Amino acid sequence: MTKSHPMPVQDPAVRAKNFKEVALGYPEEIAVAEAQRCLHCKNRPCVTGCPVGVRIPDFIAKIKECDFEGAYEVISESSSLPAVCGRVCPQENQCEKHCTLGLKSDPVGIGRLERFVADRHNERPKVIRKIRQNGHRVAVVGSGPAGLTCAGELAKNGYSVTVFEALHVAGGVLVYGIPEFRLPKEIVAKEVETLRGLGVEIQTNIVVGKTLTVDELFESGFEAIFIGSGAGLPNFMGIEGEALNGVYSANEYLTRSNLMQAYEKNSDTPIVRGGKVAVIGGGNVAMDAARTALRLGAEKVYVVYRRSMEELPARREEVEHAQAEGVEFKLLCTPVEIVGYRNENDLKDPKNGFVNAIKCIRMELGEADKKGRRSPVPVADSEFVLEVDTVIIAIGTSPNPLIKNSTEGLSVNSRGGIVINEDGLTSRSAVYAGGDAVTGASTVISAMGAGKNAAKAIEEFLSKKS
Amino acid sequence: MYRIVSKRALNPTVTQMEIEAPLVAEKARAGQFVILRVSENGERIPLTVAGVDKRKGTVKIIFQIVGATTEKLNSKNAGEYIQDFVGPLGVPTKTEGLRSVCVVGGGVGCAIALPVAEALSKQGAKVTSIIGFREKSLVILEEEFNVCSDRLIVTTDDGSYKRAGNVTLPLKELLEQGERFDEVITIGPLVMMKYVTLAVKPYHIPVIASMNPIMIDGTGMCGGCRLTLNHDGRRVTKFACIDGPEFNAYEIDFDEAISRGNAYKAFERKAHEEFCNLLAQGGKQ
Repeated sequence: MTKSHPMPVQDPAVRAKNFKEVALGYPEEIAVAEAQRCLHCKNRPCVTGCPVGVRIPDFIAKIKECDFEGAYEVISESSSLPAVCGRVCPQENQCEKHCTLGLKSDPVGIGRLERFVADRHNERPKVIRKIRQNGHRVAVVGSGPAGLTCAGELAKNGYSVTVFEALHVAGGVLVYGIPEFRLPKEIVAKEVETLRGLGVEIQTNIVVGKTLTVDELFESGFEAIFIGSGAGLPNFMGIEGEALNGVYSANEYLTRSNLMQAYEKNSDTPIVRGGKVAVIGGGNVAMDAARTALRLGAEKVYVVYRRSMEELPARREEVEHAQAEGVEFKLLCTPVEIVGYRNENDLKDPKNGFVNAIKCIRMELGEADKKGRRSPVPVADSEFVLEVDTVIIAIGTSPNPLIKNSTEGLSVNSRGGIVINEDGLTSRSAVYAGGDAVTGASTVISAMGAGKNAAKAIEEFLSKKS
Repeated sequence: MYRIVSKRALNPTVTQMEIEAPLVAEKARAGQFVILRVSENGERIPLTVAGVDKRKGTVKIIFQIVGATTEKLNSKNAGEYIQDFVGPLGVPTKTEGLRSVCVVGGGVGCAIALPVAEALSKQGAKVTSIIGFREKSLVILEEEFNVCSDRLIVTTDDGSYKRAGNVTLPLKELLEQGERFDEVITIGPLVMMKYVTLAVKPYHIPVIASMNPIMIDGTGMCGGCRLTLNHDGRRVTKFACIDGPEFNAYEIDFDEAISRGNAYKAFERKAHEEFCNLLAQGGKQ
C-alpha cells in the first residue's frame, strides 16, 4: 500500500527566520497522485468526520479527473472557507481519522487536497454569480470563521446578509490570531472577497453591544441575527508578576504581530523582539505564539506546559514544526511567579518593572479527572528559575461580555458562553449564536460547523415567516 | 474612512479635531472613548471622547502630540480623512444623583474632564473644577470650564499663570476649609491622580479616576489595558476597555499602572524621532 505524499515545507532553519507560509502546498501532479490513493469506500467514513459535511470522496474523484474547478464546486457546496480549512483544520482528528486507508497505512491527505483545490480556484479570475435575492435580511455579528460561514451559507441561498465586525479588517481570529506563516492574510482576504462576491456586505469598525445593540439591529429591519463574536477575554493565571512589562496575553502578542503587522519593518506597532521568551500553555495558540516569537528574533523560546507531551493539546504537526524550528518544551512544570527587575538604588532605571525570570514548580501526573485527563500535581520543593525577558500567557480565553451586557433576555452559562439549543437558537427569539462565543475557545472548523448549522435554522425560521 | 470636519490647535502640543462618525456620535457619552487608526498599517490608539454633536454627527477628540501616531494624526487637516474610528467604548461616567462634585483635571486630561463637568452642570450639580498645567502656554479649555463650573481654579506648576503649584494644593485647601463633595472625579497623569486620591482619602469622599492605559482592540480581547484593583483585600485584574476606563481610585494600584505605562517608552521615542526626521526631510508619510 502506498504511503501518503508528504506536504512540501520550507526548511526549518530558514522558516524560523521568516513569516512566509511553512507548508508550501501540493503541486498538481502530487495532488492527482494523492487523489488516486482514495478507495472511494461505499460508506464514506471520512464525511462523518467533517463538521460541515464536505462530500470528500466526490471532490477527490474530480481531482483524479483533473477537474479541479469541479472539485472546488463540490467543496464549496458545504464549506464557505475551503482555503482556510485546508490549512488549519485538525484533519487528523476529523476526516482523515476515519479514512479506511489509515487503518493499515497513511490516510488520504484530505486537508492537503482541499487546500490544493481551493488555492487553484483562487488563482483564477473571479466570476460573480448572480443570486436571486429573497428579500430577507440577516445580521451577522463577528467576521470570524463562524460568522463568515453563516453569512456565506445564507448569501448563497438568496438572503441579504450584513456582517458587523469590531476590528478594522474582516476575518476575526483568522487575521488577528493565526499567524501569517500558518494562514497567510492574503488567503483570508480572498475568501472574504469570495463572500463579498456572493453579495455579503461587511461593515468594519462596528462593535455590536456598543456602537449598535442587538435590539437596534432588529429595529433597523434585520429579521434574524447570528452572534459569532468569539471568545474574547484572555485568561491570566492570577500569579504574582503578571502585570510586569514584558508579560503578554497570547491574544495581545499575536494581535500585535498579526493584525497590527508588528512583524513587518514599517509597522508603527511596538512589540518586544529578541531575548528569551517563555510561552505558558500547550494549545495551538501557544504553538503560534512560540513560533511567532522565534520569527521576531528571540534567541530562545520555551513552551512551559504543566502536563506531559502526551496530554499536550496542540496538533502534532504544529508541535513537530515548533520543535524542528528550535522551540524547547519544558513539560510537567508550571510558573508560580513572574519575577521582575528592580533596582532599589535607582528607581529611574529604565529596566525597572520589566520581566527577568519566571519561577516554576515541577509537576507530576495524578488521578484522572472527569474527562479522563490526568491532573497535574505540584512536586514539593521542586522550584526552579528560568531566565526570560518575555512571558506569553496562552491558557485560553473566556467569552466576551459586551453583547450579553447589552442584550436583555440573552442567557449565558456560568462561564459566560451564550446558551443555545441544537439549532443554534439563543434564549431570544430570532437570535442565533455559535462558535467560541458559545463554546469558549475551540477550533476554526467547529465554529464553521456552528455557523452552518445556525444558517440552516435561520433559513427554516425565515421561510416559515414569509 | 472618517472625515476630519474641523481642526484647531489648543496649544503648541495639543490639538482638537471633530471627526464625522454619526453612529459613534449618536451613542457616545462622557467618560467613553474611541479607538482610531490614522492610516493603513497604523497603530490603533484610544482617545477619550471630548464632546459630541449629534446633529452634525461629529465626535470631538483632543490629543497631545506624544508619539509617531499622534504626530501623523496632527499632520492631517480639516477635509482630510482618517482610516478607522470605532466606538463608543468603555462605560460612561456615572453622574446620576451627584449634587456637588469636584472635577480635577491635569494637562490634556482636562479634555476628558470637560464633558464630565458639562454633564454634571447640565443635571444641576454644583461643579468645582480644578485644572492644572505645567505652564501658561499649555493651558487649554479655560473658557469652556468657566461656563460649566460654579467655581474654577487654574494652576500652573511654574506659577506662570494663575495659581502656582499643582492641583492637589487648592483641593486640600478646600477640603481643610470644610468643603464636602459627593465625589471627586480626577482625570490626568497617573502620578497626579495618585496624589489627588491620597489628598482626599482622609475625608472619606469617593474618588473616581479615569485610566488611559495602552490598548489595542478596545473590546476586551488583548488584555493589554489590564490593571490591578485591591478589592476587599483581594487583588483583582480588570480590563480598562470594558470594565472602565473609570475606577474607584482607592482600589487602583497606581504604581503598577505607572510602571506599565512605561512599557514602550523607548520604542515611542524612537518612532517619534524617526517621524520628525521624515518631516524635516520634507518626506510624505
